[in-house]
Amino acid sequence: MAVPKYIKGKEPHKSEYRMIFRNVDRRGWDASIKSYIADGGYKDLKKALKMKSQEVTDEVKTSGLRGRGGAGFPTGVKWGFIPPDNKKPVYLICNSDESEPGTFKDRYIVHQDPHQLIEGMLISCYAVGAKVAYIYIREEFSEGAKILENAIEEARKKNFLGKKILGGKFNCEIFIHRGAGAYICGEETGLIESLEGKRPYPRIKPPYFPAALGLYMCPTIVNNVESLCHVKHIIAMGGQKYAKIGTPRNTGTRILCVSGDVVRPGYFEVEVGKITMGELINDVCGGLRKGRKLKGVIPGGSSAKVLRAGEKYTIGTGESERTIGINDIPMDFDTLAACGSMAGSGGVIVMDDSRDMAWILNNINTFYAHESCGQCTPCREGSLWMKKITDRMVSGAGVPSDLKTLTSVGDNIAGRTICAFGEACAWPTQSFVAKFPEDFKKHTSRRNAGKELNPESKAAAAGLKR
Amino acid sequence: MSAVKKQTEDLVNVQVDGHWIQVKKGTRMIEACKQASAEVPHYCYHPKLTSPGNCRMCLVEMGMPPRPAPGQEAELDNDGHAKISWMPRPVIACANSVAEGMGIRTQSTLAKECREGVMEFLLINHPLDCPICDQAGECTLQEYSVEHGKGESRFLENKVKKPKNVDIGPRIRLDDERCVLCSRCVRFTREIVDDDVLGFVDRGSHSVLTVHPDKPLANNYSLNTVDICPVGALTSNDFRFKMRVWFMRETKSVCNGCARGCNILISSRENKIYRQTPRENNEVNSSWMCDSGRLNYHFLESGARLTDPMIKKGKSHETVDWPQAIRRAAEGLLKYKGDEIAIIASARMTNEELYLVRVLADTLGTRNVDTLKCHGEGDDYLSHEDKRPNTNGAKVILKLSSPGSKINSIKRDIESGSIKALLVYGENIASKGFDDGVLSNLKFLVTSHILANPTAKLSGIVLPGAGYAEKRGSMINATGRLQLLNKAIEPPGNSRDDWEILQDLNRAMDGKDFIYELADLFSEMASVVPALKGLTLSGIGEKGVPVIETGETIPLLEREAQRVKQGLIAG
Amino acid sequence: MEVSRELNKQANEYISHYPNDQKRSASLPLLHLLQQEHGYINEESMNWVAEKLDIEPIHVLELGTFYPGFRQTAPGKYHIRVCRTLSCAMAGCYETMEKFCEVAGIDRSRVTHHNPIAVSEDGKFSIEFAECLASCGTGPVCLIGDEFYESVNAENVAELIEKYD
Repeated sequence: MAVPKYIKGKEPHKSEYRMIFRNVDRRGWDASIKSYIADGGYKDLKKALKMKSQEVTDEVKTSGLRGRGGAGFPTGVKWGFIPPDNKKPVYLICNSDESEPGTFKDRYIVHQDPHQLIEGMLISCYAVGAKVAYIYIREEFSEGAKILENAIEEARKKNFLGKKILGGKFNCEIFIHRGAGAYICGEETGLIESLEGKRPYPRIKPPYFPAALGLYMCPTIVNNVESLCHVKHIIAMGGQKYAKIGTPRNTGTRILCVSGDVVRPGYFEVEVGKITMGELINDVCGGLRKGRKLKGVIPGGSSAKVLRAGEKYTIGTGESERTIGINDIPMDFDTLAACGSMAGSGGVIVMDDSRDMAWILNNINTFYAHESCGQCTPCREGSLWMKKITDRMVSGAGVPSDLKTLTSVGDNIAGRTICAFGEACAWPTQSFVAKFPEDFKKHTSRRNAGKELNPESKAAAAGLKR
Repeated sequence: MSAVKKQTEDLVNVQVDGHWIQVKKGTRMIEACKQASAEVPHYCYHPKLTSPGNCRMCLVEMGMPPRPAPGQEAELDNDGHAKISWMPRPVIACANSVAEGMGIRTQSTLAKECREGVMEFLLINHPLDCPICDQAGECTLQEYSVEHGKGESRFLENKVKKPKNVDIGPRIRLDDERCVLCSRCVRFTREIVDDDVLGFVDRGSHSVLTVHPDKPLANNYSLNTVDICPVGALTSNDFRFKMRVWFMRETKSVCNGCARGCNILISSRENKIYRQTPRENNEVNSSWMCDSGRLNYHFLESGARLTDPMIKKGKSHETVDWPQAIRRAAEGLLKYKGDEIAIIASARMTNEELYLVRVLADTLGTRNVDTLKCHGEGDDYLSHEDKRPNTNGAKVILKLSSPGSKINSIKRDIESGSIKALLVYGENIASKGFDDGVLSNLKFLVTSHILANPTAKLSGIVLPGAGYAEKRGSMINATGRLQLLNKAIEPPGNSRDDWEILQDLNRAMDGKDFIYELADLFSEMASVVPALKGLTLSGIGEKGVPVIETGETIPLLEREAQRVKQGLIAG
Repeated sequence: MEVSRELNKQANEYISHYPNDQKRSASLPLLHLLQQEHGYINEESMNWVAEKLDIEPIHVLELGTFYPGFRQTAPGKYHIRVCRTLSCAMAGCYETMEKFCEVAGIDRSRVTHHNPIAVSEDGKFSIEFAECLASCGTGPVCLIGDEFYESVNAENVAELIEKYD
């Protein structure tokens, strides 16, 4: 395996650890199977097929890999939930619906390194006993879907996929299934319903845990694109070695996507927990624009609770307990949770002091109101209500009771819905209003009464502009 | 300190609002709460349908005893039960089942906040048009608003506009603004009657219930969706804007549209029926009934109703009083020998009426007694091919092994002139093969019916009876269940309850003592009809009693039982 | 509705991706096929899918109206989707949208929730806002047909539009 060289201007930052993104922006690289095999591709599939399937699962468990889609649930443990006495077919679904605002990592894997995903999927299928796998890819990645379809055909020709793979007993088919523009299809049971050709209404859990009652009521494993790629590397180096990357309980690398008010936004693959928020923003992303100060950060996709610059967080317990500021937060699952937010999907949105948080929240609320599937009451009614309140606030028709109402609507959604969308839409409101009350109060003074503005108009744009 | 009841094989201990009860394993939490008299409000949950858990109204607090560490004993509370560790998040009570040692709180602050929140969400975009809504008075949105609502609105925004007065089928209107998207109707059409025509379109807060423009909700069970709609979204064209529900009197009775004998509620006010709805009976019709049976009551309002006894004079009929009509009928019949007389009774008659027919036949000495067989199209749900509600009653009481088998010989004997007098009850035989040419051979024809039909027109004496909702009595349905009809309204004009007419006729001939109560008549009947031995009229109860084995099963109920077994529905 | 033999063949291919008794799974793929063919999904297309998959037509209507990826009205020759969500909004997507409308001659004043697409008078361009297109680091981004563009701002919209005629 050659040491990759990268396209000028797109070189990885020195603090990156490129494993999944090894081939992204790589000079002389293309998405073809030729490139991939020349670089040692599909060796790990061969290696896995020589192992027992349980051994593959065990390696993934040992690696400590946690799902990269948003919830951070241990991948190997998830696989272990398939009932041991199962007689039905098992399905594997790759969740490539990448739709959490602020997240843009799977896009590059799909477009630039499709075979890595396919290899990771084949190994995973072998581990869980799936003979059929689907890649549920968002509709907006139409180019990506074509690339994947082409890659699947290439892999089939080389017998990495199809019947009697590499002359052994393992059969496996992968099909592409395109979504049609729905955030809710990122929720695994919503995705399954969508794949079944139904409205993507998430299922109640219990009883419909996908590992037991998933696609067509058969055991189904749904994993994120990035998670499935990690499986390949876990097999390559062994679970134990993989577990040494990153930090304990937060192993491996993960791709952080930074957008918003930084000089150099982009994607960065780093060891989990080995980099702090301050290093990410100031070193890797070149800091804020000239003269600007940090106001807040959404650390894990737009549903993650916002962090405010200047806040203090108490992390650790007992002797290791310490108080840190926003810049000191190591970018891992557990610390971000301890700080009251989440690592989520790795989408970091940075906001400087030119931003009005009421406008930011209104934009987020518009997204969630648009994306609520409408199945269960609190989210269906609450998400649009929150949007309407912030619409009114940013249009100059806010009233003093709006802050209280907003928060309580959020409180009445979170934790009371069928799926995690309830939290996803409530957390921004709860956190923005709690942490930036002054920005919201500005919009509720009586002086603003009567200023009628359409949030999608020029004026709305002005509100988001510096 | 109460003793802890041991967990038996079928029962588990569950704490509801601080009280321990025992419920069957596998019971849904919501049903366990009901058993503990802690009613949990809900919209989407229906025991006969799957539980999507979408309304979120039944959120309660739930806890379980923590699993003790190896070698450690579980910590016990004052009652000797394992201490419950409560979960921070509420759970839906509708789709989750109980487990040993589970605790449920329906009245905690969290549970109350959840309900209040959901109520508010359901109302913000609701049109609040209760004054003109048919559901008012039996609307769970109204009821729960009183019990669980905030009592004030803080919604300052414009409501979402949705389609109103949508024609989704021949018998149903839809108001999407009132709809709470609980999906009960969708699940009913999908799961119970296999007519998957309802669905939701658009998404989020803009989601609306609808049908495809080319495929309306037209199946013969469609009106059940109106019953199970917890709000005023689905209304029946037949009932819309006719009557406020709180003015109506409900009478428990049995549908007479076919041999199924679906249990019903007849809703009436001031001697007028406004609607019929199914009444739950898990041995007969579950919670459902067909539309044709439901709307069948309209024939009682027919302009052709007979309101007075009549005697034919020349070509037309003349109104007479009852004593005169009965006397003339008795006199007319007594002119003939027993084998010159035939009686065509009807399986529309109650057991009591049929019993009096049997007495009459004995008095007259005739064995020419039968009922018409009247079969039509049945289905795989509830509708029975036998379109008469009491064929089994006729079998048992008139001792007919095969009702209808003597009809042809009666007809032949009328044609040959050996049968000279005929009594017809509750059937328009003129349209069933006994045309003018046949009936004109008779010397004497008496009809008792409720409508002025061709048979009545040919009859010398016409005795106006009462419709099924205008009288009391018992019937035996297709599966052999004895069930009770109750009187919801009075028969029109001078028409009378049939058993009284029959008794008057009997007494005019046999001179025996009168029976004044239907219950006494039933008891007399029960003493001579083996299948009814030991039964009393009041003993039939609201849900009936099985009296004969027919070997018939009810496909819809079998499927429901199967779904209960699979844990898909609570049942 | 008549479809080409090629489309029918492709539809059968998609159907074969799912178990025999789960043809309904092919609903989305088939709707995509028809949208590619006609530019949007109309009632006829939905009925065709229902018939092809042997499912109730309401179930296709349920999907066609749920997903904004399926257009319910005819777009222009070139359909533009501008990302509206946070990072792109912070980078100026509202100005991008306005500039697109100005250059392509599109009036968005009658856009509503139920009618999100605005078409230019000459029918050449149509435009709508899309939610997060997953390229937040290079906003504002947009799709023109299937082609994806990054950093589309008020300054370079005109140049981009020129590429289409």
